[in-house]
Amino acid sequence: MSGDPFSLWVYLSQSPLLWLTVTLLVYAVADAISIETHRHPLANPVLHSMWIIGAFLKLTNTSYTTYFGGAQFVHFLLGPATVALAVPLYENRKVVASAILPMLVALAAGSVTAVASVVLLAEAVGLPREVVLSMAPKSVTAGVAMGISESLHADPSLTAVAVILTGIMGAITVTPLMNRMGIMDYRARGFAVGIAAHGIGTARAFQVDAVAGVFAGIAMSLNALVTSLLVPLAVTLLLR
Amino acid sequence: MIASLSLILLCQLAGEALVRGIGVPVPGPVIGLMLLLLLLLLRDRFAVLARGPLRGESGESGGVESTSRGLLAHLSLLFVPAGVGVVQKLDLIVDHGAAFLGVLAISVLVTLVVTVATFIVASRLMTREEERP
Repeated sequence: MSGDPFSLWVYLSQSPLLWLTVTLLVYAVADAISIETHRHPLANPVLHSMWIIGAFLKLTNTSYTTYFGGAQFVHFLLGPATVALAVPLYENRKVVASAILPMLVALAAGSVTAVASVVLLAEAVGLPREVVLSMAPKSVTAGVAMGISESLHADPSLTAVAVILTGIMGAITVTPLMNRMGIMDYRARGFAVGIAAHGIGTARAFQVDAVAGVFAGIAMSLNALVTSLLVPLAVTLLLR
Repeated sequence: MIASLSLILLCQLAGEALVRGIGVPVPGPVIGLMLLLLLLLLRDRFAVLARGPLRGESGESGGVESTSRGLLAHLSLLFVPAGVGVVQKLDLIVDHGAAFLGVLAISVLVTLVVTVATFIVASRLMTREEERP
């Protein structure tokens, strides 16, 4: 290589190293800003990392496939991180065990509301049927939601978009909403954001309070279970 | 730390295998979560299990507890690759525009309010039940 900066770029831009570094670096900056602003809801590190990296890919004309070659190492850790939720759950088992009943009632109410509200609203504003079906599982974690979407013959990639946007919206709105409602019970706050906004909401809950994080993690896991059974049923009942 | 990470992966692997084997509509990692929780609870009951990554907090750092906390400390980071994928698909949103975003936003708010209200009411009813002589 003769030190030609273009050929160096061509080489690096195809390597996983560059995109893994970009992902970690942008996140590190976004997270530092989030800490600096005392975890202000609008300084959400996921939201800002994703548009900054997205814009950078657009500017450099890099495909998502190339980017994912590097980012997959981070993405892979989602599974192990879900398993790791067992540890805070174990450490807070007494708090959790004493709240089993409120959790089950709130799970039933929350999962039904999450599915029914999106299907009914989307129908009311006249979105096409395929879009409505793709939006139905938006409150569960992306992998599960895309599976549900596929089984409904909807569009899994549109579902993924709805899932991520839902997560971001939930993570941003939960703190101001709960403060305005005067709810200081972190079990309830965490559980609600886990039901409404899956993993991104759970990540937010862990930033605010450890107990909130535990309850969000439980809510997210239980909701994945309930929603995969509920969506096919709701779709037959609500969309005729 | 390597042993702890292996244990976490092993739980996930067993979860995935179970899910594929039985065909239940649950994500493999959720079953993995339950397996790890079960192991932690069993460790408290049977001292034989309290070794390696499961040796507990009294041991040196690097047990499954501290490794898990390390993973969860940056849970937000793990959603960034999927989030970037969404930025790439903005044309899908543009097609349906404001209605799509509006419906999602209202649904999130309604779900948050209904869930938190149900939780609080159920929890108050329960404590009142307990206080009754």
